[in-house]
Amino acid sequence: MSLRDVRFPLAALPPEATSLRGEVRAFLQDEVAAGRWVPGVDTWLSGWDAAFSRRLGERGWLGMTIPTEYGGQGRSALERYVVVEELLAAGAPVAAHWIADRQTGPSLLKHGSEEQRQFFLPRIARGECYFAIGMSEPDSGSDLASVRTRADRVEGGWRLTGTKVWTSGAHEAQWFFVLARSEPLGEDRHAGLSQFVVDLHAAGVTVRPIQLLTGAAHFNEVVLDGVFVPDERVLGAVGAGWRQVTAELAFERSGPERFLSTYLLLASLVGHLARQADAGAVAAAQVGALVARLMTLREMSLSVAAALAAGQAPATQAALVKDVGTRFEQEIIEAAHLVAAVEPDPDAAPDSLARRLAHATLHSPGFTLRGGTNEILRGIVARALSAGER
Amino acid sequence: MGHGAMADDLLVATAEELFADTCPPEAVDQAAAGDGWAPQVWQALEQAGMTLLPVPEARGGAGAGLVEAAALLRAAGRHAAPVPLAETALLAGWLLAGAGLDVPSGPLAAAVGEGLTLRRVGDGWRVSGRLSRVPWARVAERLVVLVDVPEPLVLLLDRSAYDVQPGRNVASEPRDEVTFDGAVAAAAAAPGPDATADAFLLRGALGRAVLMSGAAERALDLSVGYAEQRVQFGRPIARFQAVQQHLAEMAGVVAASSIAADAAVRDLQAGAPLARVRVAAAKEQAGRTAGVVARLAHQVHGAIGFTREHVLRQATTRLWAWRDEYGNEQHWARVVGEQALRAGADGLWPQLTSDEERHG
Repeated sequence: MSLRDVRFPLAALPPEATSLRGEVRAFLQDEVAAGRWVPGVDTWLSGWDAAFSRRLGERGWLGMTIPTEYGGQGRSALERYVVVEELLAAGAPVAAHWIADRQTGPSLLKHGSEEQRQFFLPRIARGECYFAIGMSEPDSGSDLASVRTRADRVEGGWRLTGTKVWTSGAHEAQWFFVLARSEPLGEDRHAGLSQFVVDLHAAGVTVRPIQLLTGAAHFNEVVLDGVFVPDERVLGAVGAGWRQVTAELAFERSGPERFLSTYLLLASLVGHLARQADAGAVAAAQVGALVARLMTLREMSLSVAAALAAGQAPATQAALVKDVGTRFEQEIIEAAHLVAAVEPDPDAAPDSLARRLAHATLHSPGFTLRGGTNEILRGIVARALSAGER
Repeated sequence: MGHGAMADDLLVATAEELFADTCPPEAVDQAAAGDGWAPQVWQALEQAGMTLLPVPEARGGAGAGLVEAAALLRAAGRHAAPVPLAETALLAGWLLAGAGLDVPSGPLAAAVGEGLTLRRVGDGWRVSGRLSRVPWARVAERLVVLVDVPEPLVLLLDRSAYDVQPGRNVASEPRDEVTFDGAVAAAAAAPGPDATADAFLLRGALGRAVLMSGAAERALDLSVGYAEQRVQFGRPIARFQAVQQHLAEMAGVVAASSIAADAAVRDLQAGAPLARVRVAAAKEQAGRTAGVVARLAHQVHGAIGFTREHVLRQATTRLWAWRDEYGNEQHWARVVGEQALRAGADGLWPQLTSDEERHG
C-alpha cells in the first residue's frame, strides 16, 4: 500500500489515564482559583513561570517518561500525553520547562553520557533546569544543514562561534542545545554536524531578546563568541548531530501543542455563544466544525504518540499532524473573529475573549513556522507518498 | 461465522482480493451503464459470508462487530463497489435483527418511512405512499422500512410489492423513487429499543463516512501515481513543489477523515457516551475532505481526470454524491456544535476527554 505512511491507527489510552487526568485537572483548577496564574493562549511559548514548573515537578508531572534511576517517574508516553494536554487545554504557563520536558530530556536519555544523564535528568524532572534549542541561524531557516556556527577543536573541548536566532526562552533558560558544524562542509552536507550542551551563562555568550508582534520578547538572538564547551558537554557522537536532531523532530511535531495553542480562544468562543439566548444554527455549525477537527486531530496526535512509545519513527505522520494542526490553530482565530464579532483588544481583561483573540492573532504567524514550516513539512509528506508508491 | 475473531488485516486483505477480482473499474462502469449494480460482487461477498458482518448469528449474520463491517466498507469505498453493502449490513440488517426478525440473504435497501400510510389487515400491514431517493431500491430484493405512525414498526417488503422509478446520484448509483400502493408487508415487528429515525440517520452517516474515507484514499492514491508518471518540463510533476503541496494537503485531510471514521466506529460499537458526536464529527470531516480531495485530485490529474475515460471519476463522483447523503457537513457540524454549546466554555474539554473507558 503506497499510503502506508499516512495511515493513523487508533490508539488507546492506558487505564491509569483517567485518574491521572482527574488529578491534574483538579490541581490546575486549584491553581487558577488561587490566582497563581491567568490561563492564556500559546502559553507554551509565552507563559514562563519557573515556580509553576517546580510545582509540577514536585507532583511528578515533569520528566514522566524518564526512568526513576534518573529522578523521573518511569511512566508511559501516553500518561505524559494526558498531563501535557491537560496543561495546554487549561492554558497553563508551561514555557519554562517545555523544551526540557518535551525534547531535551528524551534526547539526553537517548544520546547523553551517563554523567550528563545523572546531572541533567533529575533537574529536568524537578522542574529546575530549562533549555533553549539552538537550530536556526540568520542564514539557516528551513535549510537546517546549512548552519554555519562552527565548533573548533581545542584542548579539553570545543570553541563555538556563530549566531543562533529565534531561540525561544534563551533569555531565561540556563542551558542551550546547539547544532554546530564540527567538520568543514563536505560533499555530504548532513555529515560533520554535532550537538553541544552550552551553558548560557558561560563567557562569550550574548543573548539579545527579539520583540514579537505583541511587543513581548520570547525569542532571542544568541551570539556565541568562541564559547568554550568541555568534551563532557558534547551530546552523543561527534558528527552525528544531523541524525540526532532529525530524530527529535517527530517528538517536536506531533504533540498536542500543535493543535491546542489557541484552544482557550475556542473555549471562549463557545462560552460567548452559550451565553446568548439563541446562538443560531450557523454559529453552532461553525463551532461544531472546529470541534470536529479538534476531536480528529487529538486522535491523530495520540496515534503518533503511541507509535513513538512503541519505538517506531512516524516522521511522516508527525509532519501531517503539525501541518493540519497548526492550520487548525489559525482557523480558530478566523472563526472566533467572524462568529463572535468582538474586536481584538490586547488590553482587555486577561481572561476575556477580546484579549485572547488579540493575543492569538498576534501570535498566529508563528504557528505554521516554528518546528519546520508547513511548506517544508508538506514536502516531506509528498516525498513519503511518492517513495511508497508501487 | 466467527468473523468477530477475524483479524482486521486478514479481513481487509480478503476484501481487497475479492474486490480486485470481481470489481475492476470496468465492472463499476458496466454497473453504471446497466442495472446500476454489480451482482457478481454481491455474490462473491455473500459466498464469503461478508454481507451481514455486524448482524447477530442468531438472525442470519456473521456476528462480527461494526469495526469489521467498517473495514470491509472502506475497501468497498476504495473500489467504488456498486453494491448496497452499507444499506444491507448497517441499516436493513440492524433494523430487522433489532426487531427480532431474521435477516434474509440478498441485497437489501432501507429507508425511514416518513409520510407513509399504514393500514392494518388481519395480522399484517398494508403500506401506501411514496419515498424519494431510496438508495439501491431497484436492485434490492427487499426493502426494510422504519415507521413511527400509527405505531413504531419495522416493515419488510418484497421487491414485487412496490414500484420503482429509477433515479441516480452523480456517481450513477441507484437513488430511486419507491411507490407503495397498498403493498402487503412480508413481515412486521416492533423496532429494537435503539432503532429511531435519528439512529437510522446516524448509522447511515457512519456508513457514508467510512465509504468516503475509502474513496478519498483511492483518489489520493491515483493522484500520487499520476504525478509520478506524468512528465512535464522534463521531470515527473510530483517533483514540483506546487504539486507536492497539493498531494500533502490531500494526505492530511484523507488521514483525518479516515481516523475520524475509525473513532466513530469504535465509539458506536462500544456504546460510548460520545458516540453520536463522534459519528457527527466523522461525517462532517468526510464531507469536508470530499470537497478538498476531489478538487485537488482533479487539479493534479489535469484534463484527463475530467473525462469519462479516466478512472478518477469513480472516486470523485462518489465523494460528491455521498457527502450530501445522510446529512451534509453543515447538518452534522451543527450537531457537534450544539453539543459543545451545551457543555459551555468550561465543560467542552471535559466532554471531549470523557471517553476514556476505551482503554486498550
